[in-house]
Amino acid sequence: MSEHMSQASETETTEGTGRIKSVSGPVVKAVDLDARMNDVVYVGDEGLMGEVIEIEGDVTTIQVYEETSGVAPGEPVENTGEPLSVDLGPGMLDAIYDGVQRPLDVLEEKMDSAFLDRGVDAPGIDLEKEWEFTPEVEAGDTVEAGDIVGVVPETVTIDHKVMVPPEYEGGVVESVEEGKFTVDDPVVTLENGEEIAMRQEWPVREQRPTVEKRTPRTPLVSGQRILDGLFPIAKGGTAAIPGPFGSGKTVTQHSLAKFADADIVVYVGCGERGNEMTEVIEDFPELEDPKTGNSLMARTSLIANTSNMPVAARESCVYTGITIAEYYRDMGYDVALMADSTSRWAEAMREISSRLEEMPGEEGYPAYLAARLAEFYERAGYFENLNGTEGSVSAIGAVSPPGGDFSEPVTQNTLRIVKTFWALDADLAERRHFPAINWNESYSLYQDQLDPWFEENVAEDWPDKRQWAVDVLDEEGELQEIVQLVGKDALPEDQQLTLEVARYLREGYLQQNAFIDVDMYCPPEKTYAILSTIQTYNDEAFDALDAGVPIEDITSIDAAPKLNRIATQEDWETFVDELKSDITEQIRSLY
Amino acid sequence: MKEYQTITEVSGPLVFAEVDEPIGCDEMVEIETPSGETKRGQVLESEDGIVAIQVFEGTTGIDRNASVRFLGETLKMPVTEDLLGRVMDGSGNPIDGGPEIVPDERRDIVGAAINPYSREYPEDFIQTGVSAIDGMNTLVRGQKLPIFSGSGLPHNDLALQIARQATVPEEEGEGDDDESEFAVIFGAMGITQEEANEFMDDFERTGALERSVVFMNLADDPAVERTVTPRLALTTAEYLAFDKGYHVLVVLTDMTNYCEALREIGAAREEVPGRRGYPGYMYTDLAQLYERAGRLKDREGSVTQIPILTMPGDDDTHPIPDLTGYITEGQIMMDRPLHSQGIKPPVNVLPSLSRLMDDGIGEGLTRADHADVSDQMYAAYAEGEDLRDLVNIVGREALSERDNKYLDFADAFEEEFVQQGFDTNRTIDETIELGWDLLSTLPKTELNRVDEELIEEHYREDASAVDAEAEEVSAD
Repeated sequence: MSEHMSQASETETTEGTGRIKSVSGPVVKAVDLDARMNDVVYVGDEGLMGEVIEIEGDVTTIQVYEETSGVAPGEPVENTGEPLSVDLGPGMLDAIYDGVQRPLDVLEEKMDSAFLDRGVDAPGIDLEKEWEFTPEVEAGDTVEAGDIVGVVPETVTIDHKVMVPPEYEGGVVESVEEGKFTVDDPVVTLENGEEIAMRQEWPVREQRPTVEKRTPRTPLVSGQRILDGLFPIAKGGTAAIPGPFGSGKTVTQHSLAKFADADIVVYVGCGERGNEMTEVIEDFPELEDPKTGNSLMARTSLIANTSNMPVAARESCVYTGITIAEYYRDMGYDVALMADSTSRWAEAMREISSRLEEMPGEEGYPAYLAARLAEFYERAGYFENLNGTEGSVSAIGAVSPPGGDFSEPVTQNTLRIVKTFWALDADLAERRHFPAINWNESYSLYQDQLDPWFEENVAEDWPDKRQWAVDVLDEEGELQEIVQLVGKDALPEDQQLTLEVARYLREGYLQQNAFIDVDMYCPPEKTYAILSTIQTYNDEAFDALDAGVPIEDITSIDAAPKLNRIATQEDWETFVDELKSDITEQIRSLY
Repeated sequence: MKEYQTITEVSGPLVFAEVDEPIGCDEMVEIETPSGETKRGQVLESEDGIVAIQVFEGTTGIDRNASVRFLGETLKMPVTEDLLGRVMDGSGNPIDGGPEIVPDERRDIVGAAINPYSREYPEDFIQTGVSAIDGMNTLVRGQKLPIFSGSGLPHNDLALQIARQATVPEEEGEGDDDESEFAVIFGAMGITQEEANEFMDDFERTGALERSVVFMNLADDPAVERTVTPRLALTTAEYLAFDKGYHVLVVLTDMTNYCEALREIGAAREEVPGRRGYPGYMYTDLAQLYERAGRLKDREGSVTQIPILTMPGDDDTHPIPDLTGYITEGQIMMDRPLHSQGIKPPVNVLPSLSRLMDDGIGEGLTRADHADVSDQMYAAYAEGEDLRDLVNIVGREALSERDNKYLDFADAFEEEFVQQGFDTNRTIDETIELGWDLLSTLPKTELNRVDEELIEEHYREDASAVDAEAEEVSAD
């Protein structure tokens, strides 16, 4: 396979040239084309990139990854004989790609325009650039498929491991190079003639092989209180963030991309706004990776297929993203993949499917929607790799349900697969409660398997504290229904106090400001400290109430409103200590 | 150029013709009816030997003897700076009796997607003079911020007010050489003659016309033409912005009519319909319009879009507002109850949103206290709104003092902050100070979203004292 040139880098190899029969938007039918399913083809005089999606008799149907206006029947179609693949090798971090792994900065230069032209191709990784290769094997060693043969410093943060491609036979190493090479220069040669270079390629629709999938037991710490505190996701886990427009899906995804303690982040902007991707491109280089202190881009690979870019490339961009993620996982890294939004991907499927006049399933989506979603999320997980290392891919998909209605097919089919559900809520967003994650609807099925980690690394009673917070919030939900009917003052005092505590939980703990430096990232220790301070207030207040202190006196102590300010303190540790003792002192002075 | 007399079928806005040469998608077509009338159209679908043509001016009068000419190019917009001050129909033909337009260039109206890498993130505050927008849902240069409205609501007045008042407060000493760089492009789709007159009168009255380009597709113009009008407008906008350095504000009204036209064409082509009969590709189609806004690296100008749409049945889950909301950077929501209360503009800030606000405000851009004030007012107004439901059941007396303050706040917010009339132009300072006036009616301890130092600096001690006194008096 390495002998073939990637579709992304070369346009040669013609296994059969056909001609266009009809054009309808992104769907082109060709005749006399000798092609297999999912082969990449070049369509028309301009050589637009496309993929074979249906073969019926002599007629081949192609989805085209570029705008087709002006393309006419009779123009040629060329087959590359290769499935849609990505180039894998050093240079993918700190890069920004379109949905078929063409680097957008290179495209800008080649097209000499701020607008995306057609028929321009560029390899996914720079073929000219030389990288410093340090071997980790020597002549005489035996290597197998997947084994690491050397290291390349890709960015300040990440050492790129050069691996034996999975489809190689492997065997005894004959010779090893050291020094500066381009990605296509062989750096290790095996006795059986196989040559290993820094670049490999992989068809995007196929999962990269591993030894086995394991149960994830480490959390992907996100620095978001409501996520780490109540609904944690594991490294190697899957999560969905559904929500109507304006509820903060993208801000949540961005926060995760910035602060999650993954080694590598792959961010897929699938059918979303151009300016959002620009924000990422402008912000990330400036931001610090909380894990290493280096620039965030040093661990990030971006894939941007904005809503006005061709719809077929929107369909492929999530696959491009997850293939890149799997490749870094193979090196033993923990990778987090954000896909914003999977609904746009599903809609792209629907659009293509309807152009093919396939029999529609629910709400016009193709019948294979559920299968495709499941396939995608199954590529996430905590794995033992071929080379013996362990790595993970966590997949977090935003979902944009029409009208905010979670009963629609994309949300429902996603929920059947993912184990973490962060439900965004328009009501919360309207009152500027951010992140607008609804604590009653959301859930995480990883809680039990992650609790030991939190107990060991943060606090012994982490699960108890969480349960206490959940109970108070639940009770508040029930009490609010009564309050809506009779007013707060009609409730017994203890219930009024519960409402007060719940309010601090909402405002001081669950809310988090993504735009304030001190608050945008909250380490688990601080998450725990805020919660435990609110609990201190709760316990002291209830003791006072039992002792007969009127509720007005308890709730109006000076220290209480400060519970909402812990999050924004630079020196939160001191602040929390003082606040706890102030609360205790002030409440106890009442009786 | 070859002429065909091979029409096989005429169906709604579509004409099917047989051809013996390859015809590209989106290619322009001229059809001459037997009575000598020429109609323009565009190739929608092209197959070996047969093409489907979408006719802009209606298919009336076309029969199987009509002749079809393929022009060999896609639809182009002639662009030049001289377009400023001109009025055109929905297909781009001048209707103001002015001189012929001599184009600098003819541009494809479909427009290529902007490379996200080449964009510059929008963060220049635009002062619209409308408190509900400037204070709570700030507009920035290069943003696309639609107005979600309903039939009978004064969205046009708001759009006109924005077009009239929008300025970028310049740093001192830069003078007004920047002022001339501002241009308005107005794309009307299926609006009534009366509405059109309102717009034109206002443009003429305020002298705005000379820095505007107007495209008018009226309610009785062919529906299919509506699919072209916004593209002509945006092509002109991109030219003025990115080639000539103008800051262009594009007002598109009414996007609902545009979507109806899409649905009509989809139905005529017998496509599998999506939600409520709208085509499944409507998201992509709308995105190709809305995404033509923004700024580019190393270029002067910007394209800011304010599309207006009327939500059928005031329902924001209807596919048109729904898909729009997923593409645009927020929305300004007009509200019927506020309108009947006489609030002008009747903007309900709670469901409104500007996604680019956070980066466009703050110290050096607007004011350091802007974000906190806006957040606090949101939270307080939302709380007041909630309490209103309760008041209906238990009455005001049953509520605590704190709750009553929030109720008063919500009323004052609507009557003093949102209410300003369509002719008042407030600076951002006035807007934020007004915000402090209102926030100061709440106890200091309730302002948990505002930085403590800012409270010290701006909180009106006396306001709350006066208020408390008033409270006591009324309690007596």
